[in-house]
Amino acid sequence: MTKTARRRPRRSLLYVPGNNPAMVQNCSVYGADGVLLDLEDAVAVTEKDAARHLVSQALVDLPFDGVEKVVRINGRDTRFFEDDLKAIVPAKPDSIRLPKTESPEDIVEADRIISELERGNDIPVGSIEIHAMLETALALINAYSIATSSPRVTALTLGGQDLAADLGIARSREGTELLYARSHVILAAKAAGKEALDTVFTDVNDQEGLEAECRLAVQLGFSGKAAIHPSQIGTIHRAYRPNEKKLIKAIRVVKAAKDAEAKGLGVIAVDGKMVDAPVVAQANRTIELAKLSGMEVSL
Amino acid sequence: MKLDTIVNSIGRKIPRSIPGLGDLAPFDGAFARLNGSYLWSPEARTKKIGAFGDRKLASNLAEAIKRSGLQDGMTISFHHHLRNGDAVLPTIIKAIEELGIKGLTLAPSSLTDAHEIVADAVRRGTIARIHTSGVRGEIGRMISRSEMEIPVMIHSHGGRARAIEEGRISVNVAFLGAPTCDTMGNMTGSTGKSACGTLGYAQIDARNAGHVIAVTDNLVEAPLPHHISIPQYLVDQIVLIDSLGDASRIASGPARISKNPVNLRIAENAFDLIRASGLLVDGCSFQVGAGGASLAVAKYVRDYMRESSVQGGFGIGGITGYMADMLGEGLFRALFDVQSFDAAVTESVAGHPNHVEIDASWYANPFRNCVVNDLDVVVLAALDVDVDFNVDVLTGHDGILRGASGGHSDTAAGSKLSIITIPSIREGVPSIRDQVQTVVTPGETVDAIVTERGICINPRREDLAKLAKDAGLPVKDISRLKAEIEKMTGVPDPVEFDDEIVGVVEYRDGTIVDSIRKVR
Repeated sequence: MTKTARRRPRRSLLYVPGNNPAMVQNCSVYGADGVLLDLEDAVAVTEKDAARHLVSQALVDLPFDGVEKVVRINGRDTRFFEDDLKAIVPAKPDSIRLPKTESPEDIVEADRIISELERGNDIPVGSIEIHAMLETALALINAYSIATSSPRVTALTLGGQDLAADLGIARSREGTELLYARSHVILAAKAAGKEALDTVFTDVNDQEGLEAECRLAVQLGFSGKAAIHPSQIGTIHRAYRPNEKKLIKAIRVVKAAKDAEAKGLGVIAVDGKMVDAPVVAQANRTIELAKLSGMEVSL
Repeated sequence: MKLDTIVNSIGRKIPRSIPGLGDLAPFDGAFARLNGSYLWSPEARTKKIGAFGDRKLASNLAEAIKRSGLQDGMTISFHHHLRNGDAVLPTIIKAIEELGIKGLTLAPSSLTDAHEIVADAVRRGTIARIHTSGVRGEIGRMISRSEMEIPVMIHSHGGRARAIEEGRISVNVAFLGAPTCDTMGNMTGSTGKSACGTLGYAQIDARNAGHVIAVTDNLVEAPLPHHISIPQYLVDQIVLIDSLGDASRIASGPARISKNPVNLRIAENAFDLIRASGLLVDGCSFQVGAGGASLAVAKYVRDYMRESSVQGGFGIGGITGYMADMLGEGLFRALFDVQSFDAAVTESVAGHPNHVEIDASWYANPFRNCVVNDLDVVVLAALDVDVDFNVDVLTGHDGILRGASGGHSDTAAGSKLSIITIPSIREGVPSIRDQVQTVVTPGETVDAIVTERGICINPRREDLAKLAKDAGLPVKDISRLKAEIEKMTGVPDPVEFDDEIVGVVEYRDGTIVDSIRKVR
């Protein structure tokens, strides 16, 4: 099993239609931690070629200013799957989001093609990550084996709309119908040492509903959430802003860890109580999120 | 018109004189005439005194125009507070044409989309010269194609007030749309079916024109029920007409905060810069426009002031309902309003004691102790900017005149912090150029250009650059940002111009900052 350390937080990932030049051009300005350049649902069958071309050119030519570049390709069950990978991998996205992942085989096959393309394009093999998108009941059942099927998989993400359709249920504003699915994705991802990313909130005019769903996502343990409109990004980021009390505690933990390291001690203690590695890792993430939220952090 | 030219202090070729407009002084720095040595003399005016009890109410427009003594070659003025719904100017021009009067100088405070008739009036010889702050649509195309024999003169709002007061523009007859006028000639813009808010530009015309005609569609018994914008003693005649225009376009709905993510990003960057500047403290003064990113900046400022319990001193300029709401909430102590941008303002103008209607000279005449000179922060829009921080708000990417000088150069020069907000790419064309087509606001008065891709700070403002960098803002060198944008868009082919000058841009102090050339 591979435990992957993320390069940066993925609080928000914004879907950008891959066939919309004006939106693609502005990927770096929306304020999201990452963009999901979409070749799948946002693009009509007749525009798949054009979108693929636009996205691959954009990856090469446009400044992304540190925003994670994720391309959602078409699923393995479609005729676009291989062509998408052939066009996108040479343009070196940070990650590929693989929709309709149902089994480890889907990942293994994608991994094989990506590796081949990396070798053929002088890209270090393994450098392009995969977000596995779980959108069916079967995918959820296979979640852990999907997460552990390749070191490239750095995140599991829930496809809420399609899952609801697969389950034959309607989505509600509160999202209680997906509570188990959410929890299951998180458990599988965490067990595999990967990130769990939440599905979209589809009503762009309902900031209150989005805020409630974001709070739930944070509480459950999602590392981030997908957005379908730039106006959702601020709300998502606010949900990940740690409160002052939590930040102060995190700073104390990290300081204690540093002190222990400097003194060559194997045990970290805060207020006389022993603190173990996961607590330190969480404290570091809290500090990172605080900095991203514009909070002052002095260590 | 081929004219003898001279190069001004920012390297722009401008005419030494224009037949019909006289000698012109080249721009020599934004503050060259404000260093204490320049002598400015407002003109003393003479006026015929009508017999006591003369009947003010004319029976119709034609009678009023005849009684005003308007003749060929004279100067007429209008105000543009009725926005895109204005029918006063077109109605008067028609009436003048029916009387066969020719060769007039048209000197409105600005020309809007409602004033297309002016292009044909020029072609028919009714209008020979134009002084204005802005032009749009067919009028702009007509001027840019060199259909006028005498170049158009573009003024800033403060510059127009100055020019009228010093007699450079000598208005013979001012036609003033009056949403409500009483039988003695007192008028206001804040009530009536054509209510438009304040009448700040019209006040200058009323005080300085040889003859003043109030044109109203709401004549009431004296005295006016609400505050008076222009008093009776400045009004010579009153004409009652059916309608001042299209009420839905006069009283446009409240300006709304943009939902465009690019505009919001620009606004956020601009707000962050304002906050980093340290100016956003108790007593601060502020001006924003109504469009694009500007109003969104006001939203961020409002949220900040609420959260931080900061109370501003005053807001000025073109006032939106948004600013009026901030006054109502106590976030500003006062609003100084020369022009209301939307219908939501009128109630505040009429009802709030600290919503102060000011005239254009009070607002921005550089030689008066004007309000813009006490301004802390102004957020302005632009059509194009250049690497020297010069700003064009007049000519589009195709070189055609399509904008207005407005209070742009006045507020940029007067404020402590002038911020230009502009999307880095508009319709696929980059907004930062080596040289703007037409300089309206010289770069020396611009502190920062804020785009969605970064903040460019004028090298003259090292202090501001340091504050911005210390605050972790995305500060970029303007040439670097230009190159970054051009990497996406390519470099557009330059527009081809003839040498022929079709217009000149007057700076607020009366000097000429740039020329506008004929588009090939």
